[in-house]
Amino acid sequence: MTEVLENKFQPAPGAAPLRRMVGAQAALETRQLLRNGEQLTLTLIIPLLLLAAFSLEPLISFGGGYTRIDFLTPGVIALAIMSTAFTSQAIATGFERRYGVLKRLGATPLSRTGLIAAKTLTVIGVELLQAIIIVGVAAALGWSPDASPAAIVVVPLLILLGTAAFSGFALLLAGTLRAEATLAAANLIYVVLLGVGGVVFSLDKFPVGARSFLQALPTGALSTGLRDVLANGIAFPVRDVLTLAVWAVISITLAARYFRWE
Amino acid sequence: MVKRFGPVTAVDGLTLTAGARQVTAILGPNGAGKTTTIEVCEGYRKADAGTVRVLGLDPVRDTAALRPRVGVMLQSGGIPPAVPAGEYLKTLSRFHVKPHDPAWLLDIVGLSGSAKTPYKRLSGGQQQRLSLAAAVIGRPELVFLDEPTAGMDPQARHATWDLISALRGDGVGVILSTHYMEEAEQLADHVIIIDHGRAVAAGSPSELTGSAGQLRFRAEPALDTDSLLSALPPGSAAKESPAGHYLIEVDGGVIQPALLAAVTAWCADRSVLPSSVRIESRTLEDVFLELTGRDLRA
Repeated sequence: MTEVLENKFQPAPGAAPLRRMVGAQAALETRQLLRNGEQLTLTLIIPLLLLAAFSLEPLISFGGGYTRIDFLTPGVIALAIMSTAFTSQAIATGFERRYGVLKRLGATPLSRTGLIAAKTLTVIGVELLQAIIIVGVAAALGWSPDASPAAIVVVPLLILLGTAAFSGFALLLAGTLRAEATLAAANLIYVVLLGVGGVVFSLDKFPVGARSFLQALPTGALSTGLRDVLANGIAFPVRDVLTLAVWAVISITLAARYFRWE
Repeated sequence: MVKRFGPVTAVDGLTLTAGARQVTAILGPNGAGKTTTIEVCEGYRKADAGTVRVLGLDPVRDTAALRPRVGVMLQSGGIPPAVPAGEYLKTLSRFHVKPHDPAWLLDIVGLSGSAKTPYKRLSGGQQQRLSLAAAVIGRPELVFLDEPTAGMDPQARHATWDLISALRGDGVGVILSTHYMEEAEQLADHVIIIDHGRAVAAGSPSELTGSAGQLRFRAEPALDTDSLLSALPPGSAAKESPAGHYLIEVDGGVIQPALLAAVTAWCADRSVLPSSVRIESRTLEDVFLELTGRDLRA
């Protein structure tokens, strides 16, 4: 073996260009996510099941003169964004921290900024995939959005701000709690906000005080904002955009302050 | 270097130098401060006092410059459990300008048949080998290996030793921690024994073990060792342990021909015929136990 190995290990170190490192890491993380059955259940299967079940079965009345699918689609998109940027990312990162994956990555040329960029790319890539599938299924179920032309800019803006806010909270949980606690908390928050985040149940059904509070939460703001733009023809839902922007600043600041890599 | 964790001082005024292009082994019992020392050098932790330079750079301040040049193998973990071995190594290779071919390296560490196996389904020894491959994929100048052969079977251990020797032969510096004395004796140019966060001995393996320092012979049990001792030069020590196995050590650790003559003459006077007589150096393990004691560590 030693003969074979002669002159094979002369040092030739050097970091690859940042773009290549980020791309490689994002590709690895995306493949991990798509291979993980539990993560896929959260990010795709549950949103699609809700979309199909609630739009085909008259279990509840939504009111407000919407068809069921027109009401549901924006809410389900909001749920899908939360599942990827918050729940799935918190759980994955929590376990990466527990298994020393983040620590080991710290010894590679990929900087922390590069790692965050790779995670952001992964989340946005998965969200695009979710959007394509959900919009496709919704269209097949008869979705006809009532939107102004501004929606082409405002919907991505809402989604990006929501993603930033959710990601900040995901990293805050994953970077401070034990992996099991992160898993439990992330799933619990997902289920609660699925119920009271304006996803499938209209926030208008809640008493006024509760409604303002729920609409001030990231999920409520995202679902309400998306519904305003996609179902009510509102050009720019100022309040929801501002709410999400404030949450994004708060959550990312907290994550940057309290995240522990080991 | 000093490193404290709350009330515990893990590294307590340790000074060590590891030569370029050499293999330096850090030996010590559990809790001696080996991993802490290595992790401070890797830039994971900041020393509370003292100066640390790795390739001339400060491992905490100059991380960006240092990381491409240094390979790291953690004591355990660090690899995502669900990711296949080949895919992991390929991803890491994309972080470097002139990486080794991941498929070639996987073959070198004996994992080409497990390229598609997720990390969590590899055996302990295979996981260690993947971790070792990950440490060298970027053609580093220096590698830190924290207990690289822990959990390996003898074949894997010898293959790993070959790889470490090849690294050294090509001018890569290696700093490794280990519990295996044999590993340090086989591989290391320089050995540092640490205990309670301090260096208790340092030198080449032969400097540490000294020259022929022990005379062992086997004969009938329960010979009078006090009488034997009185026949030997002053400063000698003699003991029987276990029954029928006699060990004679001398001050300064060098057995002289006269000592051998004195032992055989003493035996002849008593009509005792030893069944074997051996003169040998101490092993690194003898030195280690002598310096760090025989108490079990937490």
